[in-house]
Amino acid sequence: MKYQSQKIAIAYFAVAMALFAVQVLGGLLAGFIYVFPNFLADLVPFSVVRMVHTNALVVWLILGFFGAAYYLVPEEAEREIYSPKIAYLQLIILTVGTLGAVITYVFNLFEGNVVLGLQGREFLEQPLWVKLGIIVAALLFLFNISMTVLKGRKTAITNVLLLGLWGIAIFFLFSLYVPDNLVLDKMYWWYVVHLWVEGVWELVMASILAFLLLKLTGVDREVVEKWVYVIVALALFSGVLGTGHHYYWIGTPKYWTWIGSIFSAMEVVPFFAMVVFAFTMVWKGGRNHPNRAAVLWALGSAVMAFFGAGVWGFLHTLHGINFFTHGTQITAAHGHLAFFGAYVSINLAIITYSIPYLLKREPYNQVLNMVSFWIMNSAMAFMTVVLTFAGVIQTHLQRVNGDYFMDVQDQLSLFYAMRFGAGAIFVIGALLFIYAIFVPRKELISAPSTAPAE
Amino acid sequence: MHTKSAARNIFYGGSLFFLLIFFGLTAHSHYYAKNVSTDETTLTESVAHGKKIWEDKSCVNCHTILGEGAYFAPELGNVWIRFGGNDDEEGAREALKDWMKNQPSGIEGRRQMPQFNLTEAELDNLVDFLKWVSTIDTNGWPPNEAG
Ligand code: HEM
Ligand code: HEM
Ligand SMILES: [Fe+2]
Repeated sequence: MKYQSQKIAIAYFAVAMALFAVQVLGGLLAGFIYVFPNFLADLVPFSVVRMVHTNALVVWLILGFFGAAYYLVPEEAEREIYSPKIAYLQLIILTVGTLGAVITYVFNLFEGNVVLGLQGREFLEQPLWVKLGIIVAALLFLFNISMTVLKGRKTAITNVLLLGLWGIAIFFLFSLYVPDNLVLDKMYWWYVVHLWVEGVWELVMASILAFLLLKLTGVDREVVEKWVYVIVALALFSGVLGTGHHYYWIGTPKYWTWIGSIFSAMEVVPFFAMVVFAFTMVWKGGRNHPNRAAVLWALGSAVMAFFGAGVWGFLHTLHGINFFTHGTQITAAHGHLAFFGAYVSINLAIITYSIPYLLKREPYNQVLNMVSFWIMNSAMAFMTVVLTFAGVIQTHLQRVNGDYFMDVQDQLSLFYAMRFGAGAIFVIGALLFIYAIFVPRKELISAPSTAPAE
Repeated sequence: MHTKSAARNIFYGGSLFFLLIFFGLTAHSHYYAKNVSTDETTLTESVAHGKKIWEDKSCVNCHTILGEGAYFAPELGNVWIRFGGNDDEEGAREALKDWMKNQPSGIEGRRQMPQFNLTEAELDNLVDFLKWVSTIDTNGWPPNEAG
């Protein structure tokens, strides 16, 4: 750690990890309700549990991105963060907003109130006051980071990262538009959801990945930065019009079936490019960075994102297939592996890389961390496969044979039980990760003898 | 250095190009959604209010609507048709309202829908909303009545 203000990242990562725990415990509870549907039914309906699960996910991932920015921008720009005070104020706003949202959901407060009540559109349920708080926090962040970058060294990594974070804020503005016409509602809802995960978030992921590879492998910056621009170009060229894969069946024009199919099929390419990028850099770099856990997470992120977003995305993206699989457990399988592979893993990678510096814990004790890597990855892979089987059966019985939804669900109980099992293992992995990150321990393995990296 | 700035310029220029196309198509789709795939003259106060109730109760976190939402409970974009609304308007309305009034079923081992304690007028709003949604031109989706 070269700059004092990088310490800001610790606070962001800490809140992010707390919400990670909330997220997976919420997911586990949701999975439990699938198996024992009467559990808590009168107290906390499934819908509330699901909101906590998905909202905690999105918020902690974004907090992780903010933390990553506060960690890597000083090193890239070669100067301290413009204002640490603003950074902490931003975190306080976000934390208060998150707590407010969770309390509103769980206790069903202010129902129907335009400002204080929840706004029940998937993933964007936050009450209006929380949404406005998020926007204020994002503006504080963008101001703070932009000021830092403008006065410092400008690199491709900060460039792309900033562009991605600006995009996150700009597209979030569409969450404020809630038209009465459901078709329009859905059209612009995807401006947030799709253009985030298959657009601007990819910019954030690519730049964090590039930063990690630069630090971990010692490859020439020039090479890394060229890759970054190629990857993000591929991401946006395919991903923007790829939004069309959500415009097949919601009352939008027919031409989207072709535009959506063709462009979203090409969305696989940038994810594949990230795999090639990561492995080439590690192989070429030749430097044996002692923080092997960080290398593992960086490579794992590229690979699992390729499978979750690329392979599982392609699986149901062509309109002829999506006609049958749309809104089944296939979607759930894809959503889980894609979010985990791309955005959970890249966050855990930068946390794994930076925490030993931030907490002054070099050389690294990351054996437990690596164990948690394998636990989480196997559990998520298993969960994805189980849900995929459930989805294929559901698609056949319900969409092809026309059997009634609830009757089909009854036949999937074995898969839901296995999903719960995978979830329980995942939770163990997640808690182990958090423990390994925050509870300092003595080194368990001897560090490789090569020189430590930057 | 040269290839890097070329890559950067292609990224900026190309992204702008695709964004502009996307915004153009959005404008057309917006027009299409208001005039072709839906009939906004039928989008009454009651339908709009029904949609608001749908959101206030967070129905989408159990159900899908036009295939989007949670996968815990049945698709509702075509529930009006599934309940026979196209043949027997009054019957479907009463059946849907009764359904909502009778939740939760309390049946052991069955997924439970909460009791929302809606007034008669609110129930009508919701039914109007669901009926309106069933008239959207969705390109032939869902494949069958099961949704
Ligand atoms: C890391 C990137 C990605 C993430 C995090 C992600 C996540 C998700 C999520 C959560 C949904 C469900 C949305 C809902 O609730 O309705 C979804 C839907 C979908 N995704 Fe992705 N996705 C990613 C990339 C991709 C890619 C690259 C493709 C195509 C190659 C793709 C194809 C689809 C399709 C076709 C649907 C709609 C499924 C349906 O019709 O039900 N996704 N994605
Ligand atoms: C403890 C492990 C987990 C369990 C048991 C679990 C379970 C669930 C359940 C039951 C749902 C609701 C599905 C429905 O609507 O019927 C869900 C949704 C979701 N979960 Fe998880 N989850 C877990 C971990 C995760 C993780 C680690 C992520 C992120 C990587 C994640 C991301 C999501 C997303 C994006 C959705 C919305 C899916 C969609 O709309 O397509 N979950 N999860
Ligand atoms: Fe998408």
